[in-house]
Amino acid sequence: MGGKLTFVQGNEACVEAALYAGLDFFAGYPITPSTEIAELMSVRLPRKGGMFMQMEDEIASICAIIGASLTGRKVLTATSGPGFSLMQEALGYAIMAEIPCVIVDVQRGGPSTGLPTKVSQGDVNQARWGVHGDHSIIALTASNHQDVFAITVDAFNFSETYRTPVILLFDEVVAHMREGLRIPEPGEIPLVERLKTSVREGVDYHPYLPREDGRLPMSDFGGVHRYNVTGLFHDMWGFPSEKPEVVHELLRHLVDKIESHVDEVTRYREYFVEDAEILLVSYGSAARSALHVVADRRKHGERIGLLELQTLWPFPSALVREKTKNARYVVVVEMNMGQVLQSVRASVEKPERVFLSNRVDGVMITPVDIRNILRLIQGKGV
Amino acid sequence: MAVGNYIRERFFPHIWCPGCGHGIVLNGLLHAIENMGLKKNDIVMVSGIGCSSRIAGYLDFHTLHTIHGRALAFAVGVKMSRPELTLLVPMGDGDALSIGGNHFIHACRRNIDMTAIVMNNRTYGMTGGQYSPLSGYGTLATTAPYTNIDQAFDVVNMATAAGATFVARATAYHVLQLADVLEEAIRHRGFSVVEVMSPCPTYFGRKNKEGSAVDMMEKLKTTTTPLGSKAKQENPSLIERGVFVKKEMPEYCAKYQKIIERAMKGK
Repeated sequence: MGGKLTFVQGNEACVEAALYAGLDFFAGYPITPSTEIAELMSVRLPRKGGMFMQMEDEIASICAIIGASLTGRKVLTATSGPGFSLMQEALGYAIMAEIPCVIVDVQRGGPSTGLPTKVSQGDVNQARWGVHGDHSIIALTASNHQDVFAITVDAFNFSETYRTPVILLFDEVVAHMREGLRIPEPGEIPLVERLKTSVREGVDYHPYLPREDGRLPMSDFGGVHRYNVTGLFHDMWGFPSEKPEVVHELLRHLVDKIESHVDEVTRYREYFVEDAEILLVSYGSAARSALHVVADRRKHGERIGLLELQTLWPFPSALVREKTKNARYVVVVEMNMGQVLQSVRASVEKPERVFLSNRVDGVMITPVDIRNILRLIQGKGV
Repeated sequence: MAVGNYIRERFFPHIWCPGCGHGIVLNGLLHAIENMGLKKNDIVMVSGIGCSSRIAGYLDFHTLHTIHGRALAFAVGVKMSRPELTLLVPMGDGDALSIGGNHFIHACRRNIDMTAIVMNNRTYGMTGGQYSPLSGYGTLATTAPYTNIDQAFDVVNMATAAGATFVARATAYHVLQLADVLEEAIRHRGFSVVEVMSPCPTYFGRKNKEGSAVDMMEKLKTTTTPLGSKAKQENPSLIERGVFVKKEMPEYCAKYQKIIERAMKGK
């Protein structure tokens, strides 16, 4: 394998991947623990003719990238919980107006200012439900830098494929930890470029008329076709409409275009799942400790495995049901009060055999923490 | 090109109330654009939420109807990507200066080439007449039933202090001056702010007993005066209209191009 070997932070891996994916516009606002992404972008983007803007707040940041994306650019913003909260209204706008963009939320302890420099995975449900109104969304995560790279490229690809915002839910540990990263050769990971309309200038273009496969070819805003973009329910020309049939169809489209492609957007890793009596389900930095436990207990002959989720939304219910079906116990390992636990319980036939191993004190969950829960479940005492 | 060619005729008649000044702003804007000979494909209009923001829907430009208060932030993204386009950003007074106040002052500071038009009707019309940051002390509104104790912003002073390189005030009564000022603002290379005093007889007028739409128009005539006039010296309560600020400063997109050139050379 070729490519360049580096030793970087997770935030840097994300930057490298975004540039690899063709990013050419970034707007952001400083916030721990995501700030390195903005700093690096300010150096790297103009070198390739791209643009970096430090905006007045996170709201302006997401609005600016949405505007830039419409004109045909690949765009990104990066923030943490408080900034992600501020972005929710504009995120809903990008969902409604179907504008591709990628938003990084490097999670820290919350609510409110919380624990700015400490790890958490408390924004999982906010990524799904933070926007008001019915909608669907794609949210991805990763536990190591090579996967941060791959999943970031996926985020851009999904964003273009489905014309939707994609959330990258990293966490403070992955963002700040340093480890090796191999930057793939150009072309090694396929990139999805924006689907452009073939409608010629002067011919009526319908920005919101899906093709048979559900995809919407775009015309760069400010180019040869003039059309309207709005956060109101709208018809195929982009003009506001309150007709029940138009509203019904658009809402169904916004949800279906993601929910009917769960398999295509599901990314995960599995370790010793096949014969596992105890199956850990984890993601992000928590999955590193979970994997450590699995490797360790396997040495002692315990039948334990790990399902590491990388796609958190749309939640891969069928996958989780399938992978957990032979396990006696399922233990969700996460750094929140049980946000993915809820989804796992809702996905399996016997929710009573799904347990939580968590930590919510700003300290990364350790293999010992997980082991203690396993001993409790197995009736061995701590 | 005739003015009629710039509009999306199928959406008329417009939603604005009888006597509202916003249609006059639209008219003035179209005459400015016609006079400049701008092509429809070269104009992007970005608006927020409120009565004023509906103006975008009526115009056959590239139109981006965004969320409340954030039009300028969206416009920045469009303009940075496509600096060759002419950006027009109509906003209401609540839109631009209450919920959007932060974006407004920062857009002024950056001096990015676009024209912000603050259609100031001194009220939140779309939601039924609540007080805005431009209603003024002592006015009445559906949320100020006793009296409004909030002081108003002065848009011109605020934009000037924030660093806008073109700042003007016009009214819906002075139609010809309105078109001229808007043209000058659009031609200016940098961030332009034009406050247009636009009457709302339905809510502000009715609540504050300002009489009919005609009375309110008359008031725009009698309570304003050209910038630097003798009348202002004699009667300091008159509101001045005209071009207050017009200065040359490096434009933001052009400056960023220089950053790109530097970065590409590795300096």
